Amino acid sequence: MKHLIKYLVIPLGLAFTAQSLYAIESLRGGRALDKDPEKPVAKKWQRDQPPIERDYVQQPPLVPHSIEGYVINTRSNKCMSCHSWSNYKDKGATKVSLTHFKDRKGNEHANISPRRYFCTQCHVPQVDAKPLVKNTFKPVKTIKSK
Amino acid sequence: MSMINNLKQKAATFWEMLKKPTAKYSLGTLLGVGMVAGVIFWGGFNTAMELSNTETFCISCHEMRVNVYEEYKTTIHYNNRSGVRATCPDCHVPKEWHWKVIRKIKATNELFHKALGSIDTPEKFEAKRLKLARNVWREMKGNDSRECRNCHDFESMDYARQGRRAVNNHTKGFDSGRTCIDCHKGVAHSLPAMHKEDPSMAFPDNKK
Repeated sequence: MKHLIKYLVIPLGLAFTAQSLYAIESLRGGRALDKDPEKPVAKKWQRDQPPIERDYVQQPPLVPHSIEGYVINTRSNKCMSCHSWSNYKDKGATKVSLTHFKDRKGNEHANISPRRYFCTQCHVPQVDAKPLVKNTFKPVKTIKSK
Repeated sequence: MSMINNLKQKAATFWEMLKKPTAKYSLGTLLGVGMVAGVIFWGGFNTAMELSNTETFCISCHEMRVNVYEEYKTTIHYNNRSGVRATCPDCHVPKEWHWKVIRKIKATNELFHKALGSIDTPEKFEAKRLKLARNVWREMKGNDSRECRNCHDFESMDYARQGRRAVNNHTKGFDSGRTCIDCHKGVAHSLPAMHKEDPSMAFPDNKK
């Protein structure tokens, strides 16, 4: 009898406790089927600000303004109405980097090449979001202005 | 030939009748009937014109409904935080009466092209997009963006509430005598292919 308790009842009891502690949870977050999930809060795009400093070498500069309603398609690119070489002085914007004029075969073009055309693939605007995970990342000192 | 002479004869008789003072009706009756008829005609004319000044009327043609209207629905003039909406005629038809009538007369050309089917498929519309856009840009530049200014009066702009870029460019733009459309192109509809307008904004076309 003692052996039965020792080898069967206790382990089984522990297993059941463990299961109730680490229950499998669905992506809905264990919420009842007839209940709506919590509404996600829409983050706000950050308003105009001066250029944001880079945190690491080779970082694509962040977009320091809202780009709501800006369209980039095969007909036209709204970003370039300010950031192209022919418009940047007039609009007081940062001009697009010369490195973007080179296509993948190494040919230099007179304007951005197709592979660099869709700006938002690399250059992203910011929202008022807190980091999801804590981290201890610190930008390298050499690229920070004093 | 005799038919033309006959018509001429009839026109002459009608003109004689108009010239002669009436002996049958009193001046009061004539004035009264004239005034009532005038009110009905004038009211009817303006009502009909206002009816053609609604979004429902504009998008009763598929050319507008499937192209420009769909694009407009994604923009701030359709959907925004305060719920104020600018509909098609707010931007495309002047508010002042005489400008409005002139615009309406010009619109007969649009009826002509509706009959021709100039833009009755998306492909045809795309082919004409730059031309159509230029027409609107030219008109807006010519009248100092009058329709924008019906709502956006720069004298009422509070620069303190505007973004950094907006303040810089608005003050610079107003000082140098620019008008809204000089910068705010493609605000309510997709921009055309910009190869000719501003090549630096266009998709790099390696074929050219």
